[in-house]
Amino acid sequence: MNLQAEIPLHYMIVLSTLLFFIGLVGVLIRRNLITMLMGIELMLNAVNINFVAFNHYLYPHRLEGHFFALIVMAIAAAEAAIAIALIINIYRKFSTVNVDDVDELKY
Amino acid sequence: MDYSYTLLILLLPLLGFALLGLFHDRLKPMMSGTLGTLNLVVITLLSYYTAFLYFSQGSGESGYTAVKAFNVLWLSFSESLQIHLGILLDPLSVMMLVVITTVSLMVHIYSLGYMKGEKGFQRYYAFLSLFTFSMLGLVVATNIFQMYIFWELVGASSYLLIGFYYERPSAVAASKKAFIVTRFADLGFLLGILLLSFYTNTFDFTTLTSVDGVAISTPPTALFLGMSVTTWAMLLIFMGGAGKSAMFPLHIWLPDAMEGPTPVSALIHAATMVVAGVYLVARLFPVYVLSSPDSLEVIAYVGSFTSLFAAIIACTQLDIKRVLAFSTLSQIGYMMVALGVSGYGGEEGLGYMAALFHLFTHAFFKALLFLGAGSVIHAVHSNLMTDMGGLRKYMPITHITFLIACLTIAGIPPLSGFFSKDEILVAAFEHNKIIFAVQWMVAGITAFYMFRLYFNIFWNRTPVFHHTPHESPTFMTVPLILLAIASVLAGFVPFHDLVTSDGKAFHTVFHWMIAIPSVLIALVGIGIATWFYKKQNSIPDQVVQGAKRIYDIVFHKFYIDEIYLFITHKVIFNFISQPVAWFDRHIVDGTMNLIGDTTVYGSNLIKKMQSGQIQWYIWFFTSGVLLLAFLLLYLN
Amino acid sequence: MTGPKIIFFILAFSTILFSLLSVFDRRILRAAIYLLFVLVAIAGLFYMMNFQFLAAVQLMLYAGGIVVLIIFSILLTSQINSKLDAPKLMQILAASITALFGIGISLYTILPYVFTPSPATAVEVNMRNIGLQLLGTGEQGYVLPFEVISILLLAALVGIIFIAKRSRT
Repeated sequence: MNLQAEIPLHYMIVLSTLLFFIGLVGVLIRRNLITMLMGIELMLNAVNINFVAFNHYLYPHRLEGHFFALIVMAIAAAEAAIAIALIINIYRKFSTVNVDDVDELKY
Repeated sequence: MDYSYTLLILLLPLLGFALLGLFHDRLKPMMSGTLGTLNLVVITLLSYYTAFLYFSQGSGESGYTAVKAFNVLWLSFSESLQIHLGILLDPLSVMMLVVITTVSLMVHIYSLGYMKGEKGFQRYYAFLSLFTFSMLGLVVATNIFQMYIFWELVGASSYLLIGFYYERPSAVAASKKAFIVTRFADLGFLLGILLLSFYTNTFDFTTLTSVDGVAISTPPTALFLGMSVTTWAMLLIFMGGAGKSAMFPLHIWLPDAMEGPTPVSALIHAATMVVAGVYLVARLFPVYVLSSPDSLEVIAYVGSFTSLFAAIIACTQLDIKRVLAFSTLSQIGYMMVALGVSGYGGEEGLGYMAALFHLFTHAFFKALLFLGAGSVIHAVHSNLMTDMGGLRKYMPITHITFLIACLTIAGIPPLSGFFSKDEILVAAFEHNKIIFAVQWMVAGITAFYMFRLYFNIFWNRTPVFHHTPHESPTFMTVPLILLAIASVLAGFVPFHDLVTSDGKAFHTVFHWMIAIPSVLIALVGIGIATWFYKKQNSIPDQVVQGAKRIYDIVFHKFYIDEIYLFITHKVIFNFISQPVAWFDRHIVDGTMNLIGDTTVYGSNLIKKMQSGQIQWYIWFFTSGVLLLAFLLLYLN
Repeated sequence: MTGPKIIFFILAFSTILFSLLSVFDRRILRAAIYLLFVLVAIAGLFYMMNFQFLAAVQLMLYAGGIVVLIIFSILLTSQINSKLDAPKLMQILAASITALFGIGISLYTILPYVFTPSPATAVEVNMRNIGLQLLGTGEQGYVLPFEVISILLLAALVGIIFIAKRSRT
């Protein structure tokens, strides 16, 4: 179905912006490394919505946004997996996944 | 006439200083001594030759003309402010060349014997060469700034020489005192130089002292506190001269300067450095006498007071070198008096001629006195009169030469001191009877304390000596003999033909009315001294007991040193130095510390940015990006 | 109010609501589940915009892969029982202000802009076209990113195994 008639593009933009900054807040606020990762996933999803929306509304004759979103998803998956591996390593070393406690690279 | 060889007279001692100083540990002591002395022989011969050439060309109608052997531009700040270096030859400087080189040569030869075996022998000769160079440069200066440069050099050399025995705290203190007092006086000197040259637009002596020049014919009329700027300038310049010549109240360094080796005292504090002040006034004499006669009055009174003051103190001192130091003060006072009462030109300029004549003769007999005292000290190993007595049996040459010197300074004819002192008394009599009376009394006191010194060393009682004193070695006695001959003959030099206020010769008349009373009072002084001191008796002690309070004050040199210490410690330290030190420590240093501390504090604040907390970093760059976006989009 | 509009609003609203809950909830498992709901809602949005394949990939990858991974790591780091620490007030304040500022700038810049859709004829988004373009080499071919992604995934695979290996102590 074609959404151009009923839901203007702006709604999508607002949605993706809100989602992105909520994800940002999640990254900045949360103390747990895993919940920070969840915030990052939210941000990536917001970006995906953006790409797909622009593709659907403005450039229906091409599929670039679609594929870009696909690639982003693949990268996000790889990155999440690596992040989890790192978190597990940190847990083994520091016995904690609190981000305040892994601050050895400081002054 | 080509006088360009006179540059050697300056360069040779400088070269001597450089060589002896740089190689002082490679040269054997006698080697450096011989080198230094030979250097001086060459320089002395050159000076005599210069004097011969200069004076033999005759004075002619307009008197001896000043010859500038060199005058090179050294520093040029602007059109009107230029400093030259050069050699000026006129009767005054040529005479000074002769005096300085002769006395320096005698001291060099004498030191070969006196300083034998001393540690630092080579250093001593290097410093002597440096001093000779500085003094020679001072007297041949073409302009007042060059004179100031060499003036300071002389001060530095005398500091080095007075503090020669640097391991003795008293010597170190004395050299510091000498340097600081003369430096303080040089403050006035520099102010005077700047003032004078600002108003007359020149530093050059020939321009300043020429009768048609701007300093004299159209003196600046600006007034400051009632006195003209010329008077201010000349008084300030005299302040510098008073410091070097140890006029009251800047005399305090001279007695202490006796801590240096005795030949140094002979060279510096008898014959050359202390007469630098007299030389300065004489050099600028036309400006003094024609543009600011008031300053001459001041000079005359200061000189007169100093000579009386010093003569009184000399009567009570027990250290023979101190007696001679105060005697020097007194005699320089005479020279200043003579300059102060002088007029300009011909007969009027008698005082000028008399002052320089006395400078000439005084150099010889005072050097003789000091070297003789050194000979005595060398034999007895003590400076005090109480350790001496009856030495005439052991040291005949020293005895005879010392006696000749004492008779000369007392003013007994036909020795040289009589002629020069007599001319001063004549000049004083014609201008200021009070000063004449004072100087006449001082002549008597001089005779008294000199013979007190003589009798206490060579007659009186014979104390028990550690080892029997013997006559000094030849190196030491030869200069004594030579200087004694000079003291006898120097009186016959026709100064009135050679060195006069305006360069022209004039005729002097022998004033019996003045000569006879001066000889009489000298004989009275000698008589009293003989009565008191020739044989051991109790009369001196009775006199001292009778006037105990006064005697104590005089013995302590009128407590002038204590007054100075009081002023510096209580007044200057507390009111000036303390605040300045506080300012320096808290404000100047504090500012530096503040800058440093602020930097450290700031960095302490900033280092928290590298906290290792990931969320900080993320926050920083996201807010940075947003801020940047905001700035670029909306505030462009 | 037409159907799509209602559905859109439900999906959008649930996205926002669940994302907020995910960010602020103090029990970690609940946060993960709320994230799951967000991802499902976004898949729904994709479906609404006619990108069915993408919606399916979203569901498989994110909801079925990443969230499972996250829950595994929660279990592995033994946090399932403890409550998370509350964030400091300063942090909340700073983050909120930044976020609001960012939202303000973005919306203020973008919303007034008039986007003109391209007048070209829409391409049909079916599996055939997606497949052709994914492995195509022509102008609309995306085989290069495809290959690069495969290498990336390989690298990630090797890296993860290496990182998460237990060290020989």
